[in-house]
Amino acid sequence: MSDKKPCKSPDDEALSGESRREFLKKSTLLTAIALTPGVAVKAAEGQWDEKLAGVFEKMLLHIEVNGVKHSLMVEPRVTLLDLLREQLDLTGTKKGCDHGQCGACTVHVDGHRVNSCLTLGVMVNDKKVTTIEGLAKGDQLHPMQEAFLKHDGFQCGYCTPGQIMSAVACIREGHANSEAEIREYMSGNICRCGAYPNIVNAIQEVKDGGQTV
Amino acid sequence: MKQFQYTRPSTQQMALDAISKPGTKIIAGGTNLVDLMKRGVTAPDKLVDINHLPLKNINPTRNGLHIGSLALNSVVSENELVLQKFPLLSMALKAGASPQLRNMATVGGNMMQRTRCTYFYDTTMPCNKREPGTGCGAMEGFNRMHAIFGTSNQCIAVNPSDMCVGLAALDAVVVIAGRKGERRIPITEFHRLPEDHPEMDNHLAKDELIIGVEIPDNNFAKNSYYLKVRDRQSYAFALVSVAAALDIDNGTIKKARLAMGGVAHKPWRLFDAEKWLTGKTVSEENFKQAGQIAMAGAKGYEYNSFKLKLAPATINEALKHAAGLV
Repeated sequence: MSDKKPCKSPDDEALSGESRREFLKKSTLLTAIALTPGVAVKAAEGQWDEKLAGVFEKMLLHIEVNGVKHSLMVEPRVTLLDLLREQLDLTGTKKGCDHGQCGACTVHVDGHRVNSCLTLGVMVNDKKVTTIEGLAKGDQLHPMQEAFLKHDGFQCGYCTPGQIMSAVACIREGHANSEAEIREYMSGNICRCGAYPNIVNAIQEVKDGGQTV
Repeated sequence: MKQFQYTRPSTQQMALDAISKPGTKIIAGGTNLVDLMKRGVTAPDKLVDINHLPLKNINPTRNGLHIGSLALNSVVSENELVLQKFPLLSMALKAGASPQLRNMATVGGNMMQRTRCTYFYDTTMPCNKREPGTGCGAMEGFNRMHAIFGTSNQCIAVNPSDMCVGLAALDAVVVIAGRKGERRIPITEFHRLPEDHPEMDNHLAKDELIIGVEIPDNNFAKNSYYLKVRDRQSYAFALVSVAAALDIDNGTIKKARLAMGGVAHKPWRLFDAEKWLTGKTVSEENFKQAGQIAMAGAKGYEYNSFKLKLAPATINEALKHAAGLV
């Protein structure tokens, strides 16, 4: 792979010698010094370095989301949450706190629930992601979605996609055996409207119904 | 978040080469590091993603258990060998974070997580840990969550880990790989006190990698307990937590292990209280006394002096649970 292509594999990257990034920084700086007065150089230097480096540092990512395979170019700093919302237009997954404290961004990666806001997109290469959009089968809602509707498991609805993804995982993990256990294992999902009792009821109904989730 | 390079080594040797370069940070679960990068508390030039190294194993050894540094917190907490041999570790892990975060966080990453001191996170405030020499915002600030043991005039932050408190009570040993080979450090000596260098959380060198943790076999499985006191019932950092492990023979304590979280810059082992309990009978009176002994040298600050009462009470309560008195 040529260094000039805006694409690279991070696997076992040759780690010796000067990095492309460092080279880019120095070369842009040299160009800038040649063309611009001193004060402006200093002001623009950092910003331009970042912008230019960004173009060259996008990486190829293979990811399967809700059964659909994608090959995308992403910057390493893009989180899975932003990737889903901004690049794949899957806006069902919500950005609440963006710091792993609220659970609104919960998705499943290879079947396990995680906070997508703290997951870098490049780290889910070759993995399968399920979002709230991937639960229903066509017009047929997932049992947990049905149960949230029936039990009024939300008010404003902002935390709901994360709550539902977490609730499905909670049952799959075998942690929905009592109200206390459900509350403990749903503690990573915060609901400002306070729909907690109804959320617990919804999960208990799906659990007791014995359907496959 | 500042741009960075990203690399994904597939062998330990390549990882060790990669992390020895300046400006480099290791990423495993990323639950703490990504947050710190978003907030600008740390801004590495390069991330070395070690998730492809074969370090997820949980295996019995000749005299204990080896847990690979990339084993997930959720996996370790539900591992059958862990539950059978060291239920205390499972309890400590389950007391930490949320199910989602435990599905991401690794054993090695848990050891390396930074303090949650709000002044460390707020880049507009002074913090000797984030920027040495700028001062400590917490010392005269809102220090309700802060340390009561082993502080310095530079830093009063606490280590936020629950897992490490459990590991400290279990005499765990951290296995570290460097380019010159492996070395082992007891978990109680892995983290350090702030002293004059609060920017250093532990004794891991820049070019070293945690590859696992070893727990020696013991007789604590029947009588151990992790008690975490926090502002809400779940998903919050400890005000005070206590890991208690007892080896009881006919109502007499043959061996005791105690460690506290939320009170110091490192998991705080209570060696004097352990020694005092050895040979004593199981009783609440003795447990209360052990709690008092453990408080020698404690110092409260404006908003955290409640910990001076909460800590011994938590020690007593944890010991009662461990001994089966509750």
